[in-house]
Amino acid sequence: MSDKETYKGYKGAALAAMKKFGIRVWSDAVLTTEEDSFEGIVLPRSETADGDHIVIKMATGYNVGLRCDRIIDAKEIGYKEAHYKIPEKAFPYDPKKNRVVLFGTGGTIASRLDYRTGAVIPAFTPGELYGSVPELADICNLETEKLFGVFSENMGPEQYMILADRIGEEIRKGVRGIVVGHGTDTMHHTAAALSYMVQDSPVPIVMVGSQRSSDRPSSDAALNLIHSVKTAADCDIAEVMVCMFGPTSDEYGLLHRGTRVRKMHSSYRSTFRTIGDIPLAMVNRDGYTYLRDDYKKRRSDREVKVSAVFDDRIGILYYYPNMKADMMDMMIDNGYKGIIIAGTGLGHVNKPLYPALQRAKDAGVAVYMTVQTLWGYVQMYVYETGREMMDLGVIPLENMLPEAAYIKLGWALGQTDDLDRVKEIMLESINGETTPREPYNGYLIYQGGIPEVDEFIGTIRR
Amino acid sequence: MYEFEFKPFEEMTPEDYATVGFMSGLEVHQQLLTKSKLFCRCPAGRYSHEYHAEILRHMRPTLSELGEYDGTALMEFKTKKNIVYRVNKETVCTYEMDDTPPFMMDDEALDTALEISMLAGLTLVDEVHIARKQYLDGSIPTGFQRTAICGIHGSIPYGDRKVSMIQLGIEEDSCREISDIGHMRIYNTDRLGMPLIELVTGPDMRTPREVAEVAQILRKMMRTTGRVRRGIGATRADTNVSVTGGTRIEIKGVPKIGMMPLLTYNEAQRQWNLLRLREELKRRGITEETFSHSSLDITRILKRSRFTPIADAMKRGQVAAAVKLTGWADLLRWQTQDNTVFSREISDRVRVIACLSVLPNIIHSDSMSETLSGAEWKETKAAIGCTPEDSIVIVWGDAGDVETAINEIAIRAKEATIGIPSETRQALRDGTTGFERILPGPQRMYPDTDLPPIRVMPERLERLRERMPIQFWDRLRRYHEWKVPQDAIEGLALSPLSPLFDEAVTEMGFDVKDAAVMLWRYPRRLRRDGIRTEDLPVDALRAILHAVRDGKLTKDGVLNAIRRSLGDGFDADALPPRLERKDLASFITKARQQVQYAKLHDEKNIPNLTLDRVMDEVRGRIPGADVADEVAAHFAKEVLS
Repeated sequence: MSDKETYKGYKGAALAAMKKFGIRVWSDAVLTTEEDSFEGIVLPRSETADGDHIVIKMATGYNVGLRCDRIIDAKEIGYKEAHYKIPEKAFPYDPKKNRVVLFGTGGTIASRLDYRTGAVIPAFTPGELYGSVPELADICNLETEKLFGVFSENMGPEQYMILADRIGEEIRKGVRGIVVGHGTDTMHHTAAALSYMVQDSPVPIVMVGSQRSSDRPSSDAALNLIHSVKTAADCDIAEVMVCMFGPTSDEYGLLHRGTRVRKMHSSYRSTFRTIGDIPLAMVNRDGYTYLRDDYKKRRSDREVKVSAVFDDRIGILYYYPNMKADMMDMMIDNGYKGIIIAGTGLGHVNKPLYPALQRAKDAGVAVYMTVQTLWGYVQMYVYETGREMMDLGVIPLENMLPEAAYIKLGWALGQTDDLDRVKEIMLESINGETTPREPYNGYLIYQGGIPEVDEFIGTIRR
Repeated sequence: MYEFEFKPFEEMTPEDYATVGFMSGLEVHQQLLTKSKLFCRCPAGRYSHEYHAEILRHMRPTLSELGEYDGTALMEFKTKKNIVYRVNKETVCTYEMDDTPPFMMDDEALDTALEISMLAGLTLVDEVHIARKQYLDGSIPTGFQRTAICGIHGSIPYGDRKVSMIQLGIEEDSCREISDIGHMRIYNTDRLGMPLIELVTGPDMRTPREVAEVAQILRKMMRTTGRVRRGIGATRADTNVSVTGGTRIEIKGVPKIGMMPLLTYNEAQRQWNLLRLREELKRRGITEETFSHSSLDITRILKRSRFTPIADAMKRGQVAAAVKLTGWADLLRWQTQDNTVFSREISDRVRVIACLSVLPNIIHSDSMSETLSGAEWKETKAAIGCTPEDSIVIVWGDAGDVETAINEIAIRAKEATIGIPSETRQALRDGTTGFERILPGPQRMYPDTDLPPIRVMPERLERLRERMPIQFWDRLRRYHEWKVPQDAIEGLALSPLSPLFDEAVTEMGFDVKDAAVMLWRYPRRLRRDGIRTEDLPVDALRAILHAVRDGKLTKDGVLNAIRRSLGDGFDADALPPRLERKDLASFITKARQQVQYAKLHDEKNIPNLTLDRVMDEVRGRIPGADVADEVAAHFAKEVLS
């Protein structure tokens, strides 16, 4: 066995001590210090931890770290290598139930931590999922396919395109619904990408993840999985959706339109919110509460338009006061073909940026404006600044979210270099990324502390 | 081997406990006195039943590292509880509600945990690794408690022997349960996340009395740091009990040390009697292999029952079922604890696991009390085929719950053929114990992946070693030797002012009695006014003692000086100058005049009142005895003239 395996993660003085005393990772060992002795299994050490300590798991299940320079003797009295494995149970097949395919991309929903190594182990086969969430078998016949094993932040154009193609193939084979397990950080980027790349799907395409990993009893993973698999199997909405907790309580999930959804809290369960509009539906174990009726309905055909293209020479410029033109110049000089600006207020940047906007225009770089307020429309005609910028070629993107706009621009430029054509694509709403009107209840951020809000959260469990 | 029969509590001797092989250990939980909670910045120690929002959660068992579900986990999942947390915006943030990862561990709390580890003679770890200990009852919203070991392998002296200390852990406190009725359990979250230590002793106690004594020693030892919380619920202990052939049973959350002897006695008795029950079952030919039972829906038979609990259930359209335990005649009233029989073991399980929480939740054929009519019993017995050798348990309620209950009744009865089931038990007010949950295994421990390990630096330990108090038991011995007044010995040994007392006696040269008055009696008087001794400014007290030693202040001025120092501190140079006897005349004349004009019921009080007034003016500047003398002399003259 290689040293790397034998002394997993240990380095420096700790590694030297282990070699000196003839102990290794997974040794059941007695470590003696000047004052006492400790018995336990030597555990692998995290690569990022220091090289001064040896970690053992004692019989009580607790781990402790001992400084290696205190250890005067160590003996291996046994060896217990641990291999973490999720037990598999055959996923029951029921001819009366619908076939649903779950694509895995990585992320917490489809993984369990190997506590001993800190490494992520995917819990993913139907058998493993059935072992952990047996309720799934009451809903559908589940098939799974692991497409990638990447964290949310490493999802990119290449993955979007593979995912879109695979979804298209499954739809043409007659699947009743698609679930995509995804890390939550960039789930809304992927949701937007799939909304553009897979159009007019006859079945639901449901993205799901979890905010608390599935290795904890209070995880939202199981309930999110149940909600999303149910939605894929029998919901009437045939769109790309994100299905995550509505409130922080274990009450119901929300189905958000893939182009209007955004992760809004770094850790809350109910982190996903529909912005500038209302969600499509609520879902719980028993069924759905449809919140609107303008959604695309499930069909029985197998027709779908897949357009898996992307040009990644694009970027988002998040404007801040006093931004210098060189920020944008840098993008132009580096061959960017499209820029989404997240402007202030109704869609503004300061005057010193004008020359850069002119350069972009001259260089044929597509520049679009969105708002960093997230809620509301770009309305560049209201103030002079806005009008000047439009003269410089900046195209307002209505109420499209910056991330949804970024993905859409990459997708549009992937189809054509003709900027007029790109403009047509950008301004034509595919599935709600721009809406003609913002409903009065599309912007609701409760302000805690106000008596009526406190009364509301005090009486409505959420 | 199980011939011995338990005697009443008062009559049990140490030899009797030796006969049954009584063994007991403690897990003492002590809240630490910190400003913040352990893993977030919420204030610690603020209790309130007021709440501003509610959150609903469920707990789901997760697989262990070995790919198995923990026993407790499964039980809790069977109960299908809705768990509601009441949230007060002042005391709880998104961390406690498991919507935000933990912040780094509170340093103040870790310092105290390390300090107490040293007091308990433990070997400290060099790197503190935070673990997750699963709790699926919902008492912690994450479903696990964050906990870490600070030290292992210690001991404290107890009489002429030692009691071993297994380990000390630092952990976050759990929620307080408000109610648990049917499928709904409600928790208050104010206590959640408070820093707590758990000190675990070896199973070294041999009688119930020893359990209480050792608990007292540990509680006092922790108190001497002055960094632990006091008051209701601040110190709680789990008590582990076993007898020969029994199982280590944990009695959870004993709130008062005084309850420990009776509780441990009853638990030992329960185990012993369950082992005797197993012998009886064996004698009847009932073993794990031969155990048999059957069950039957008897809703139809009891449709018109007049027994109120069942009649009510029928009105609600619920069901009733009978479980026959073959060969069990009379054994359901086998005594287990004081005034408690075996059927309680069954009733407890049905209550906790099947959520049939309104009592009575079962009745049985071995009971003498009036329940069903003779005809109903007869028909039930005939329907299920019950002979005079058998027993029947009847349960009623919601159909799903009754199904769970039938299972649990059979499981618990069958366990009696095996021995004592591993479980945790709750301490009941009458000194008996009741089933709480199945004992969790070591599988429920996982490393916490949210927090990195904490290095315990030698400099930190050095700093803590310097502030460590002298051991409580060493102080007691010292104060006995010094002949500290009897009634003050223990109080002083526990007081945060104990080091200052030692300094006053050994370094400032105070008489032991005087020092005890100033540093024990006066603070006790202040405590009656709501001033806590731990809040007294030690530096100001030291300065006050120095002023007394230097003659700038008299002893009887000390109490006032302490009182004033709470607001303004103490400055010896700002004290008014000392007075001589000859200086008193003007004060006495003035006081005498004031008293002259006061309305008095009895003229005899005039001298005392005058003395009080003078003392108010001159206290601390001249010994009170001198003032009394002068006032007495004044009135002697007054009478003469």
